[in-house]
Amino acid sequence: MTDISAAGAVPATKPKNSLFVQDDLTRRRNAAETRFKYYGIVAIVLSLSVLAVMLFTIFRDGTSAFRQASVAFPITLEAEILDPKGARDPADLAKVTTIGYGNLIGQQFANFLIAEGIAVEGISDKDISGMISRDAPGRLRDMVLADPSLIGQTIDFNAYATGRIDGYMKGRVTLETAELDRNVSLEQLQLADKLIAAGILTSGFNTGFLTNPDASDQRPESAGLGVAIIGSLYMMMLVLIFTLPVGVAASIYLEEFAPKNRLTDLIEVNISNLAAVPSIVFGILGLAIFINFAGLPQSSSLVGALVISLMTLPTIIIATRAAIRAVPPSIRDAALGVGASKMQTVFHHVLPLAMPGILTGTILGLASALGETAPLLLIGMVAFVTNYPSGPFDGGVLDPATALPVQVYSWASRSDPAFIERSSGAIIVLLAFLVIMNVAAILLRRRFERRW
Amino acid sequence: MKLMHITTSAFAIAALSAGAASARDQVQITGSSTVLPYATIVAEAFGENFDFPTPVVEGGGSGAGRAKMCEGVGENTVDIANSSSRISQKDLDTCAANGVNEVMEVRIGYDGIVFASDVAGPAFAFTPADIYNAIGEQVLKDGALVANPHTQWAEFNPNLPAQDILMLVPGTKHGTREVFDTRVIIAGCEESGAMKAMMDAGMDEDAAEEGCMKLRTDGRSVDIDGDYTETLARLDADKNAVGVFGLSFYQNNTDKLQVATMSGIVPSTESIASGEYPVSRPLYFYVKLAHMDVIPGLKEYVEFFVSDDMAGPNGPLAQYGLVSDPELAATQAMVAARTPMGPLE
Repeated sequence: MTDISAAGAVPATKPKNSLFVQDDLTRRRNAAETRFKYYGIVAIVLSLSVLAVMLFTIFRDGTSAFRQASVAFPITLEAEILDPKGARDPADLAKVTTIGYGNLIGQQFANFLIAEGIAVEGISDKDISGMISRDAPGRLRDMVLADPSLIGQTIDFNAYATGRIDGYMKGRVTLETAELDRNVSLEQLQLADKLIAAGILTSGFNTGFLTNPDASDQRPESAGLGVAIIGSLYMMMLVLIFTLPVGVAASIYLEEFAPKNRLTDLIEVNISNLAAVPSIVFGILGLAIFINFAGLPQSSSLVGALVISLMTLPTIIIATRAAIRAVPPSIRDAALGVGASKMQTVFHHVLPLAMPGILTGTILGLASALGETAPLLLIGMVAFVTNYPSGPFDGGVLDPATALPVQVYSWASRSDPAFIERSSGAIIVLLAFLVIMNVAAILLRRRFERRW
Repeated sequence: MKLMHITTSAFAIAALSAGAASARDQVQITGSSTVLPYATIVAEAFGENFDFPTPVVEGGGSGAGRAKMCEGVGENTVDIANSSSRISQKDLDTCAANGVNEVMEVRIGYDGIVFASDVAGPAFAFTPADIYNAIGEQVLKDGALVANPHTQWAEFNPNLPAQDILMLVPGTKHGTREVFDTRVIIAGCEESGAMKAMMDAGMDEDAAEEGCMKLRTDGRSVDIDGDYTETLARLDADKNAVGVFGLSFYQNNTDKLQVATMSGIVPSTESIASGEYPVSRPLYFYVKLAHMDVIPGLKEYVEFFVSDDMAGPNGPLAQYGLVSDPELAATQAMVAARTPMGPLE
């Protein structure tokens, strides 16, 4: 006491510790806190800007894939070329190949331009027919084979313009690049200008991008996501059918029935480990078991779905168990208390209450499965497939198919720049599917979630 | 019990599909990513003009494709392996061990390998020696073997631009790398005198070739393990770079790339067909003869591939950049007679 009064007598200045004046330590502590807050903000800004840059580049490169230039002109299906014998015999008709149809289309298009009075000096016939996509002969041939009565008639035909002409309308190809480009000539671009002015060459929404199958490197304009979307759809359906019952049954057993012993612990640890196994490992497993051992057909969406199911199952089990665990024990106690059996408790009370959580977890699991490419590489789904799989009940799941992320990958490695645009376009479609699934998960959670 | 319904239907579908898992009706093709665009062009035209389904074509690499073909005979194995290099005796032995006895070798044409740089930069006129001097590990300088000191092209050849050396070469897993090594690097090593200097220093010929194939590792020679699109992206990012591409890739990107001459010859389908342009290689596919009459459409696909309409000098493959084979008629006859390939010499 005396010490204090003695000490108090010495300094006439402010007391050393005051709430109003920060000492060194407090100042440093507060500064550290402010810094920490800014670190957090920087981290958020950084990740958001990465996302923004990614989305920006994808949409910048990809939105143009949803527009496609096409040429509309009348074609007279000359009988002497398409059916030289005149008997309309399907076997004879089939002998005229796409090369014959290609010549017919080129000729008719050139004639049409002469009739319309559209001409460019110095343009060759090859340049004129080279403006029409190489997929046009195949489509025309299919039309004629399906309906031989068209022969001899004049029909209005709508053909895609080639990737370079399409690129010219989108600004990807310019007069400067065309000069160096051996796949397009300046005369073709001049002709394109005149055709646009005449309303023959138009650009519109590209439904073919969503419905057409893949196309080879020479006709990027007709490449589409049709087969990939069907393949992804089949796979997601099958994955849902395979994983949901198995995942829910496993979770219910582990949460509600399993005795708490070392074996159960071991199973739990292994399920968590399985969720962390790289997806390519499941691909190797799938190749060994489903294709080489079980003899299921390569490149089929069934094998793809089985492999992806293996991969998604642990995720679904973990999410389902969390949802079941979140149901308060009082519900179970009450049910058991009024005489319900354990199974009745689970199916009448626990499972319905856990359902929103289970569905959310399942949808998120499916969303990550939708973007998976690596395991599909090994089971032959990273392939060029142009035949649509048949319907799901006609064995379509056994037909070769690709998937959306696979199409992104294979287009990105093609040499024609038009495929790069389509690759980004396919990413947009994939992102749209992912957003839809995530929104569905959020809505389900909002709608059905109960809080205690 | 909705859950029960779902479960039973799942099992039903699984059982059904296991039973139906037989009778493949489309041709399965796998292998080289260099041959892939040609194979897809043919497959697509085949699907359009024939009553068979379009063949399924996979990429993935020549070696992997041949290994897959040699896995055995049966509907669960592929029918055709595309390859950008010739099959090896080791592959044939594996094939024979797995019961794949008769394999037909079909040469579809030639592929040129070109050196290209940014379209806005200076033009290059290379000789193999220039490439070796730029990226070899040990080069001859003032009569002595030294670790590669060159930083600019003009340092060893005053006719080349004074531009920093950066070479994008295909990674070792590519079939292209083999051709690049033998036709450019070893040739350049000999031409520049480095090989002789190595042999004078006491190496035998094999060791000297090994020594030649070592590339400098200080970042001026970059191995690209991806495909040509990756090389193009790297070249876009660093305009000083010189990349190695396939002729067809270059021809589809002439607005971004300018091609370098090799020993004074401009690469083109004509100069490669005549053999003037030195860096080219044959492309093949290998067919399992045991599948010929089993898989519907296989015979027709192979015949269609080598027909003049497809692989001929005016066909779509030549338009895409394939150098058509002058001996195509012999190949057509071989396909018609289904001659299996003999043992490699």
